[in-house]
Amino acid sequence: MSGSSFKEELERLEAIVRQLEQEDLDLDRALALFEEGVARLKAARELLQKSELTVKRVLEAADGTLGTDPLDL
Amino acid sequence: MNSFGRFATLAASAEGAFSVADVTRRARYLIEAGFDRVWVRGEITGFKAYQSGHWYFTLRDRQAQVRCVMWRSDNLGLTAPQEGTEVFVEARPTVWEERGEFRLVVRQLVPTDASGLWQLRLEQARAALERDGLLDPARKRRLPAYPMRLAIVTSVDGAALRDMVSIIGRRWPAVEVLVVPARVQGEEAEGDLLRALNLVNRIPDLDLVIVGRGGGSREDLWAFNSEKVARAVAAVRVPTISAVGHETDVSLTDLVADHRAPTPSAAAEAAVPDRREVLRAVGVLAGRLGHGLRRRIELGRERLERTADRLGDAMDDQIKRRKHRLATLAAALDALSPLKVLERGYAVARDESGAVLSRMAQFPAGQKFRLTLRDGEVGAESLGAVK
Repeated sequence: MSGSSFKEELERLEAIVRQLEQEDLDLDRALALFEEGVARLKAARELLQKSELTVKRVLEAADGTLGTDPLDL
Repeated sequence: MNSFGRFATLAASAEGAFSVADVTRRARYLIEAGFDRVWVRGEITGFKAYQSGHWYFTLRDRQAQVRCVMWRSDNLGLTAPQEGTEVFVEARPTVWEERGEFRLVVRQLVPTDASGLWQLRLEQARAALERDGLLDPARKRRLPAYPMRLAIVTSVDGAALRDMVSIIGRRWPAVEVLVVPARVQGEEAEGDLLRALNLVNRIPDLDLVIVGRGGGSREDLWAFNSEKVARAVAAVRVPTISAVGHETDVSLTDLVADHRAPTPSAAAEAAVPDRREVLRAVGVLAGRLGHGLRRRIELGRERLERTADRLGDAMDDQIKRRKHRLATLAAALDALSPLKVLERGYAVARDESGAVLSRMAQFPAGQKFRLTLRDGEVGAESLGAVK
């Protein structure tokens, strides 16, 4: 997930919550929104659970291609 | 020059004597031709600023002195130097013919204290960046709220990198940190930084770049005042944070970056959000999500009950079934502890495509459907409307 898509994820979640709170929705629609919200919450939480930072060193090969090496500090 | 040669021959005897004007002019030609622009170091004495705006003073050291003039157009914006100040001047030596006086026409004047020349070069570079609009505040981009991949351009050996990685790891471990090594002081620093900043532009899906180093002497930090490096920072295609040394001096990279941090640690704090705060915000959204659905269900229930009052007991069973259906997506909620808003034991009826079945007409006798329960799904078949 990229940084901007995580942001979009949270914004979408916010929009879902607002719809659920404010609109007199048809039940099917409410349930669908709720389900989508639950799935997005789960994805966001999973991402936030990650506890080990990944640190890599960027290397440029002789032919100009980029690669990475794990970096221990 | 031929004419000088001829003068020389002419002046070799009393008959061919130079006029004063001739000899001073010749001296001026020789001196102007013999020197390019030069930098001269000396102490200022006898400084006088005329109404015309021109400055006149003498530069001296222990052995000698020379008269100097600095025209108004060259001293505009400068503060007049104090008597006795040691300065560097960039000047063109010449002879002032009317007085037969050797002197320097000064174009630039900087104090020698510590880094006078550097300061000058820095100001020139800064002016060039400004001309090209690179210091325009409107250029500054917002830093991404939730970076997932960020690059750090710095030395792999420095404490600065360790500090940044430790802070980022504590606040936002979801991000991937890519270190692009570059020496940050010494002669190689400028070339290394330029290479690294170029390379950064080829990293896919990058959200943010931090460029910097820990504190050091003004000389140590110099590469971050290189105009080329500053331009390379400005050319990075994602938002940038510049973090050079400690609070006091502002470097050129600080000026062109989208965000300036006084120290590498401050850069790390500015680069990523604090996970705990984001989790808290997500928790609030989760609570509102559950509450929103519950409210929607209660509304439905009230409506049904009002209908029931009118229709009487005959509808009881139907009402119960609808209530159940209304209530239930809660199985999913159990996975999210703050969301236990619905009682357990409800089920949702859906058709094969997963659409919720909520009207009697959707349950003709023999209609197969699925029931989602707390722990999974079962197949079911309708016996038709209850009489």
